[in-house]
Amino acid sequence: MEHLYVTWPWYISGFLIGLIMLCLNYFGKVFGMSSNLRTLCTIAGADKFADFFKFDWKSQIWSLMVVLGAMLGGFVAVHFMYDSSNVTLNPDTVVQLATLNIDAPNGKIAPDALFGNQVFQCPKLIFVLLIGGILIGFGSRYAGGCTSGHAISGLSNLQLPSLKAVIGFFVGGLIMAHFLLPLIF
Amino acid sequence: MKFLKYIIVGFIFGIVLTKSEAVSWYRIYEMFYFQSFHMYGIIGVAVITGIIGIQIIKFLKLKDINGTPIVIAEKEAGSARYWIGGLFFGLGWALVGACPGPIFILLGAGIWPVIFILIGALLGTFIYGIVKDKLPH
Repeated sequence: MEHLYVTWPWYISGFLIGLIMLCLNYFGKVFGMSSNLRTLCTIAGADKFADFFKFDWKSQIWSLMVVLGAMLGGFVAVHFMYDSSNVTLNPDTVVQLATLNIDAPNGKIAPDALFGNQVFQCPKLIFVLLIGGILIGFGSRYAGGCTSGHAISGLSNLQLPSLKAVIGFFVGGLIMAHFLLPLIF
Repeated sequence: MKFLKYIIVGFIFGIVLTKSEAVSWYRIYEMFYFQSFHMYGIIGVAVITGIIGIQIIKFLKLKDINGTPIVIAEKEAGSARYWIGGLFFGLGWALVGACPGPIFILLGAGIWPVIFILIGALLGTFIYGIVKDKLPH
């Protein structure tokens, strides 16, 4: 049982993610998370503002069910499968984070500096999270997919467009991590 | 009941992503500084598993649960949308350390400030829908 509580190895996790994608293929669906954002926009009434949101959202309920399951999975994993050894980073990373005033994990999945409840009283952090979200939402829809749709589903199906998108993800991520994050924190 | 299988698949997905720590801001930061192989290993093995599985599906012409042959749609040809959209996405991914799947998983886990990322992501999706026709694809 202990194996379930400590950090799952990359070769097991990666294999399971691949199987999840194939399982959805077997159900006649394609694995992709960001399309749910469009579905939620449509449900909220965005179809009154742009044709992009005019589609039968009910055909996407299956995907919202995957989301619901994922939320339950996150709840169970964080609350009932915790171990203090979780998120053991490279010690160099921890030192580097300290220079940005970002707390070490010590078992936590997310840093308090960005995700602690003090965020609700800090306009700067709220702004940072909103901007991050906007970039993710805009970018994933513009690129037609995110990490699941392009990096996993697309690359698995040897799609050149997905390779372009994934290279874009990495270039964007490197720019943010190396040049912009140090300016923000 | 027809939705139960999707909830179960999602549930496993949520647990795998949390216990592999792919939902962790820390792991994304570490990845972009090349200080750990962990995330590269996860993505690499997932893709290799997927490639082998899809080749098997194509070779054996496997059918899905409804008995129709499994056909995985090709991505639309193009360049600008993938490079530019990808770049925007990557900037956000490294800033808040979450992609769309993990946004939902972290909210389920009760990390409430992630709600701002979700609001932003819905807003970003909405902005794309509005300006779509003016963008190069």
